[in-house]
Amino acid sequence: MADLYGKKVMDHFMNPRNVGEIKNADGVGETGNPTCGDIMKIYLKIEKNNKGQEIIKDIKFQTFGCGAAVASSSMVTEMVKGKTIDEAEKISNQAVADALEGLPPVKMHCSNLAANALHDAINNYRSKK
Amino acid sequence: MIYFDHAATTPVSPIVLKNMEPYFSDKFGNPSSIYKIGREAKESLCQARHLSQKLLGADRPGEIIFTSGASESNNLAIKGVAFYAGRVLGIKPHLLVSSVEHHSMLDAAKYLEKYFGYELDFIPVDRDGRIDPEVVRELIKENTVFVSVMYGNNEIGTIQPIVKIGQVIKRIREDRLARENKAPLVFHTDAVQSYQYFDCNVNKLGVDMLSLTAHKFYGPKGVGLLYLRQGTRMLPQQQGGAQERNQRAGTENVPYIVGMVKAMEIVDKEREKNEKHVSKLCDYLIAGVLRGIKETELLGPKDVTKRLPHIATFIFKKVEGESILINLDLVNIAASSGSACTSGSLEPSHVTSAIGFSDLEAHGAVRFSLGKLSAKEDIDELLKNLPSIVDKLRKISPIK
Repeated sequence: MADLYGKKVMDHFMNPRNVGEIKNADGVGETGNPTCGDIMKIYLKIEKNNKGQEIIKDIKFQTFGCGAAVASSSMVTEMVKGKTIDEAEKISNQAVADALEGLPPVKMHCSNLAANALHDAINNYRSKK
Repeated sequence: MIYFDHAATTPVSPIVLKNMEPYFSDKFGNPSSIYKIGREAKESLCQARHLSQKLLGADRPGEIIFTSGASESNNLAIKGVAFYAGRVLGIKPHLLVSSVEHHSMLDAAKYLEKYFGYELDFIPVDRDGRIDPEVVRELIKENTVFVSVMYGNNEIGTIQPIVKIGQVIKRIREDRLARENKAPLVFHTDAVQSYQYFDCNVNKLGVDMLSLTAHKFYGPKGVGLLYLRQGTRMLPQQQGGAQERNQRAGTENVPYIVGMVKAMEIVDKEREKNEKHVSKLCDYLIAGVLRGIKETELLGPKDVTKRLPHIATFIFKKVEGESILINLDLVNIAASSGSACTSGSLEPSHVTSAIGFSDLEAHGAVRFSLGKLSAKEDIDELLKNLPSIVDKLRKISPIK
């Protein structure tokens, strides 16, 4: 049977990781487009490690959107949890799609925006410092 | 699988299939040939045409043009009439189509506007998706040549007051005649979703053109018809043969035409029974969904007499349609949405926008469409699964 999404996308869609919001988050990011029908919100808790680097201690997301939108949000949270914000900033939408082992072409530019939401949350954190 | 997408397509009835079979390899003749099997094919085609004429209450068999489906019928209708007015009569055509038409009508109309400079207006609808015949009257201009209003809407099930709109158009036509305005005024309806459940007698409806496709009523895909009232002029869009009284060239698709007309015959016999069965189930579905899931809205008229009996479309607030459909698919329930992700286009449905919903709300629309084989148990299975799916997705949603 031709599947709409691959196994990894379906796994993240059906069992999304890190769903929810963080009260008093250090950074909040949002991206999306109501016309396309995708809205993603990312919450960050940032702490400094003993080397003085800023680490993503906790991350949560909320997404309104299709399977690809939910799966890419879930994936990006898994990819950056515990990473430094400098590392996290380097994650691209393409890297998220690759980690999901691919997304249907029609979803690439519309639903695959989770990295943008993450970058937005990091910028929000930096702007508050 | 539980199938709730009969507005998309239906399975071919075994009786229909049996009626089609001889025409593939045994009675395979070309209706234009003079020898025996050609004449036999012509005879079968002729019978199919007579029967479809009768079933639509048309005056003459020649008023039926067989096509490849409703998209072709709709394209042929608007382009044929517009080009005849524009190129033969030398009128600058003004076209009037409802804002909730199928894309095959809407996009053909926009094409004529964009590439031929024809004037185009859309007839607005109210929150239920209904058209006010008085608004149609106001929108008709001296050079309006074509008006198209869908009989029953495929996305939200709204039934349009076709008879009343037809009366408005008839009066304007009489008035034009008295004033010697020679511009034709052709009234077309797309009856694709309605034929199964409502009498589509063209004289009672007062339409000049009507589109149908077989696969919405247990016939095969790839065949449809366009009713064209005698005296209504249009320019054919396909050249290369005298088939369909010179209105549509190409060897007739005899097996599919026979199949479609058989399917129409079955519809005619079962219409009342199926309408009762389906509308009872649909009421049950609507009540169950609205009771079981908060912040849910049924689209289209709440009055059951103003909606198609087989379509129930809901907006589940704060969640996106496709994500609901995938979850339903995993429990073997098939439904559809007009939302961006599933249709391959990025914009939400023009119908949900036309009735006043925001883009975001429109993305939460899910359509369930029933058929004659649907059963109460199917709906119980849906009602068992749907609330938890919506609830789960709302928990992920950032929209408060």
